[in-house]
Parts: sequence; structure tokens; C-alpha cells
Amino acid sequence: MVMGLFDSLTRRRGTADDPLLADLASALSPDRVRADGAQRALMAKDASVFGGGVAGPTCFPTSTAEVQAIMRIATEHDSAIVPRGAGTGLAGGAIPLGAPIVVSTGKMNRILEVDTENRVAWVEPGVINLDLSTHLRPMGFYFAPDPSSQSVCTLGGNVANNSGGPHCLAYGVTDAHILAVEVVLPDGEVAMLGGVDAEPQGYDLRGAFVGGEGTLGIATRIAVRLTKNPPAVRTLLLSFDTVRAAAETVSAVIAAGVVPAALEVMDQRITVAVENFVGAGYPTDAAAVLLAEIEGLPGGVEIDAGRIGDIGRANGATNVRVAQTDHERELLWRGRKTAFGAIAQLAPDYYLHDTVVPRSALADVLEQVYEIAERHDVVVMNVFHAGDGNLHPLLLFDAREEGTLDRVHAAGAEILRASLAAGGVLSGEHGIGVEKQRFMSEMFTDADLEHQNRLRRSFDPECRSNPGKVLPEGHSCADIQALRAVPTEVWG
Amino acid sequence: MSSLRSDDPVLASFAELVGADGPVSVAGGRTRWECGGAVDPDARIIEAPAGVVTYAAPEMTVQVRAGTMVAELNAALAEEGQRTALPDRGGTVGGAIAVGENVVDVMGRGRLRDAVLQLRYVSAEGELVTSGGPVVKNVTGYNLPRLLTGSLGTLGLIGEVILRTNPIPAASRWLAAEGISPAAAFDSLYAPGAVLWNGVTTWVLLEGHPVDIDAEMAALRSVGSFAEVDGPPDLPHHRWSIEPAEVCELRARAAGEFVASIGVGTVWATEPEPARLGDSTVTQVAARVKHNFDPTGRLNPGRQVPR
Repeated sequence: MVMGLFDSLTRRRGTADDPLLADLASALSPDRVRADGAQRALMAKDASVFGGGVAGPTCFPTSTAEVQAIMRIATEHDSAIVPRGAGTGLAGGAIPLGAPIVVSTGKMNRILEVDTENRVAWVEPGVINLDLSTHLRPMGFYFAPDPSSQSVCTLGGNVANNSGGPHCLAYGVTDAHILAVEVVLPDGEVAMLGGVDAEPQGYDLRGAFVGGEGTLGIATRIAVRLTKNPPAVRTLLLSFDTVRAAAETVSAVIAAGVVPAALEVMDQRITVAVENFVGAGYPTDAAAVLLAEIEGLPGGVEIDAGRIGDIGRANGATNVRVAQTDHERELLWRGRKTAFGAIAQLAPDYYLHDTVVPRSALADVLEQVYEIAERHDVVVMNVFHAGDGNLHPLLLFDAREEGTLDRVHAAGAEILRASLAAGGVLSGEHGIGVEKQRFMSEMFTDADLEHQNRLRRSFDPECRSNPGKVLPEGHSCADIQALRAVPTEVWG
Repeated sequence: MSSLRSDDPVLASFAELVGADGPVSVAGGRTRWECGGAVDPDARIIEAPAGVVTYAAPEMTVQVRAGTMVAELNAALAEEGQRTALPDRGGTVGGAIAVGENVVDVMGRGRLRDAVLQLRYVSAEGELVTSGGPVVKNVTGYNLPRLLTGSLGTLGLIGEVILRTNPIPAASRWLAAEGISPAAAFDSLYAPGAVLWNGVTTWVLLEGHPVDIDAEMAALRSVGSFAEVDGPPDLPHHRWSIEPAEVCELRARAAGEFVASIGVGTVWATEPEPARLGDSTVTQVAARVKHNFDPTGRLNPGRQVPR
């Protein structure tokens, strides 16, 4: 079985008489199965910096039944599959390893039902995150998780990665907003995990599936919880002379028992880049700015906004500005959410890291991040979800310069280790993918990883769904170890 | 190095107590001992270690041994103006997590499963396993804490947990009114801590800044004449889980006397909940989970997690 799978995965595909292609085309329709060179090259990469992907044919199913058919054909042909949403993941989770069938959810993009009585919406996995909230807002609701890529990323991808976003500080990450998921398992069976009822019975397989990075099957229908639009919102921009003062303000706000909807820090390098890019109104002379947002009932929002301003001043804020209009507020957020786009003017490539540390360790770990980057001769910028302790060091580079990527990876590895040493974790919202597999053993013991593998194998005994991800070598299925021969250049 | 990997003699001796052979079960406060059915009489009954290990109030996390009484944890948190999502039925932290039921005011405190950041448990092989992570946001690897929460000790025996805590609101007030539409009361509010209904009376928990509570009370007055009360009603013994929209049909469902959580779907009733039909594919996955985590069936034998 293992050798058979490996043989079939490494066999050249894409010819007109390929029996796999013929079966897929007859199960879907010929125009929704693509295996030309351009398509395969497109699917071989995602938004991450990692290479090494080799895509098989791409399928564009439009229903649960078609996803089932693809899974069954994959089994018959001893092939693997990789689910794919918008491909905006930054950990390489959507990179196909060993020429699997790529299952795009792009044509499963309907909002099926909005049930305000149960405060739930049923959606297909290809629905764009922001489109859902735009659809819900006039009804008085929205979907709370708001990744920076929300204008392009899909709900299916959010479920796979348990995605976060600035406003997850108060509302929790994707997992807290997913009530049920219809899943096509790797053997082609369909299971409804979780439910709309208060406390669905049985093991919380829904909770286990969310964040499974596509290794546990494919979500085909998702029940998301609706969050009520807040009656009042206040957005503040605090300026600081040092990054440390901004980080310490964040700690102090949380310690004071104030839980804002969002607490985002940007350092001077990024605010300057953003100002040049969108003119969001950020001060370019401050060493760091803190963007704080409070949501809720009007009275409490005013009180908390006042407290955050006071705490900021007590921690050295040089300026506290409250957005006076919706336009000003939108502009401040546009600056934050387009920060990564703004980088393009500074360097052709960037590598966005993602770790979490205890909030009290933020200032110290940030100092280490700057020191590590300097030592490796890499430009670093910091724009991050400070309220959660979720760091996002952004390493700028030009991949055309020989040896640069090696320095970037070396600096990245040190940043991960500094975060772990401070009592943190490897990833707050991007996931492990192929990016951080080799660091998993630095956070977990062999027994810990073996138990994670038990969960994976319970859903996917043959390791057919997105093989070669999350768990490091030696803790996963035998075929994954074989597959690891394929993407060695990932760390090239 | 990360605290995840540190040796902990207390948990090591708990792992030794669990051992690698023979049927075994952990008893907490036995307040929900009947959940999932009776434990095999041959099972060795042990206790988990107790005590708050570290409490970093400014981090809004607490590390606590599974055998700690929920009341003791709550008292420690209250000193710093914080609380968690664990229900206090007179039992232990580990018991509350193994059962997985939410608090009555779940809309205010959040769901129990969302509060469990890290679980350390002893496996069927007697090994100590760490799952999840010690910080408030984490997607490093598979989410085993979700799988273990509510698993009635059938996949691993919980030794220690790191929980998310939250500030206790500045003020809170229980109100009640008779003969009004509970759905209308619920819809009139932005963020109630709880809305309960027994078919006649509607109870509402308002929490937050006093000025916000006053505003919410004004909204409630448009629905009916609410008066302040001491607290929620007594809750009948049996627990149902239904869709929030189904609550209004409860009278037709032979629940007996009931108190229902509006907007949530939990119902406390004098009659037991009719058996729910499981999904056969889910049952198969659940059976593989149980087999993979406890191949010999030694953890809490006799107990069935409904599928």
C-alpha cells in the first residue's frame, strides 16, 4: 500500500489518456478538471515563501457529492488530495506535496442560509470571509474573525487554519465561531461534525477538525455563528517614543481588566511604509503606534476608551488620538490591513512570521527580534496583534540576492526559539503547514506528537488528505516520510 | 526552554498512579458521576492532583491541577477580579472539563471548551501528554484539548489545565418578568449574560458597566415590566441540548417542568432528554478515536460518550 501510493504519487501525470484525469472529468465535467502546465504551476505555490510543490490535476467541484466522488476516485487511484481555498496561507499548508489532486473550493461559494433565529449562517467553503460579513451587516450581524486577507481568503481556509485576525482579541479565533461542519472524509464518507444545538453530544470532532490544516478531510458546508453588530465603536491611535512603551501599554490595558475588541501595534518602519502607500494618517515620527478599538454599548465604550488613553499616557504615550468620524476610523484600519501590501515598495519579497508569547513578555521578545534580525543582516518590521501577544515579525528580502533566503530562515528560526523560550508557542494563527514542522519537536515531546498523530489517523487512516503537513518526520504516516523526499528544496 | 517540557514531579506521580495496565477511572466531586453510564466496578478509582499552580492575572490565564475544587479556583480568581467559564456544581476542575457542560450564564462567561488552552493528561499507556499551549492564542498542531474536553475521561485522564480567565464585570443584575416573550427580551439586548425562561417567567442577567446596564434595562422595559431578583431560578436535574429556535416549542416536547436558556438552547428539565440519533459516519470516526487513544479500553470502562 505504502509503496503503491508513493509510486502513483511520483508518476508523471497530465497526459490525455491518464485514467485518473478521465475518471475525474467524467465525475465532474471536463471543463472543471484542469491539468495543463499553467494550472499545475499556479497550484504548486501558495502565498507562502515555500517552494517544492508539485500539483496533480485541479478539480473544481460544485457540490458535496462531487467532493465525495473526487475522494473516491483518489482512493481508487491511490492518490492523495490537497484542499485549496484562496491559497492565501503563509505556512505552506496548501502546497501540494507529491502531485496530489488539488480540490479547489472556488466554485462552492454560496451563502446557503442565514438563520437569525438560531444566529447561524450555513455557507459553502469557498465563500470569501469579507463577503459573508458584508451580506450579514444589514441584518444586524457579522462574522467576527477578520484575517488581514479577509477580502480574498475563504471560510473553508479559515476553518482549516483556525484563522485569527485583529478583532479575535475580544471575540476569539475561528474555532469559537464554527458551530458545525459538514466534512467529506478522506474515505469519501460524509459526516456532520458539531451542531447548531447548545451542546452537541459526543466527542468534539468539530473542534478537532477546525485547524486541521486540510489533513482531516474537506469541509463542504459550514455553520458559522453570527455576532451582533456592536452599537458603538471607538478607535484610538496612541503614539510612543519606543516600541517597549507601546508593548507595555498593551500589557497594562489587559492587566487593568479592559478587554478591547482589538489592540494592534505597528513599529515606525511599517507606519512609514503604510503612510506612503495609503495615507492612513499615522504619525511617521513615532517609534510605534498602538491602534486600539473598543466595541459595545455606548456608555462603557466611552469609559474604556478613556481608560486606555489614560493607561497609554501613564506608559509614555506622546499622543492619543480618537477617530472622530467613521471615515477616519476606516482609514486607520485600512492602514493596518494593507500593511503587507505596503511592503512591496520596500523589497520584492517578505516573510511574515507568526508566534505568540505571554503578553508580559512582549517588550522583551520584541527587543530580541530586532537584535536577531540585525545580527542576520535582515530588515525586520513589526505589525502585530499585541493584545493576544501574537507577534508578526516581517522579514524583508530580495530572493534574487544569493544567500538572502538562508539568512531569513536562520533569523526566523531564532525568533521561533526566542518565543518558545519566553513561554510562547510556534503559531498563533498561520498554522504549521510545511513551515514549522521541524520545530514541532521543540515544543512537544514524542508522546505529545504521537497523540496528535492519533487524532489525524482517526480521520484519515491512510494519510490521503494533504499529506506531509503539520507533524514532523517520524511522527506521521510512513507515506509522508516517503513524500518528504519531494520538497527538500523547501528549506533550500 | 518552554515550560511545556519541564519535568513536573506531581504530574509524574499522577502518571505513575494511572499506570499502564488495568481499568482505571478518576473521581472528582462525583457531581456528574452518572454521565455516560456507570463505570465498570473492576475499575480502580483514583484522584487527580489538586492546587492552583500559577496564576498570572495580567495574562488572564491560570494553571491549575485537575483535582482542584472549582470553588477554590473561583475564590483565587475573584481575589484578582477574574472568573472562568467552569460551572461550579461542587466538583473539580478536571471533572468539569471531562463533562464539558457550560455555565448557566454562558453568554457572559463564554463556553467551557473555548476556555481550555492547554491540557496535560495521562494516556492509556501511562504517559504524560501535553496538548494545546500556555498562551491565549495558539494553532500549533492538532487541537487535542477540544477532543479531550467533554470526553468523560475515555481518551486520557486529565492532570492539569491552563484556562483562559476573564474580568468580572463591574456590575451585574438579575431581573425577571412574567408573561412576556423571552425571544423579544433576548432580541432587545446587545450582550446579556443569560436569558432564561420557564414557560411563564423570563429571567435576564445584565452585566457590564453600570451605565450600560441602565441602558439595557431601558431596552428591556419596552418588552415588559422587569423587576430585580436575587438570581436565576433553581434548575431541574436533566439537561437537554436543542437548537435555540426550538425552545419555543418545548411545551410540546414532554420536557416536564423546564428552564430554557434563550439564544443558547440548553434546557434543564424534570424529564430526561429523548435519545438523539447519531450520524453513523461520525460514530465510526468516534470509534476510531477511542480505539487509537485507548486501544484496550482501560480508561473509564463502561462509560460511553454518546455519539
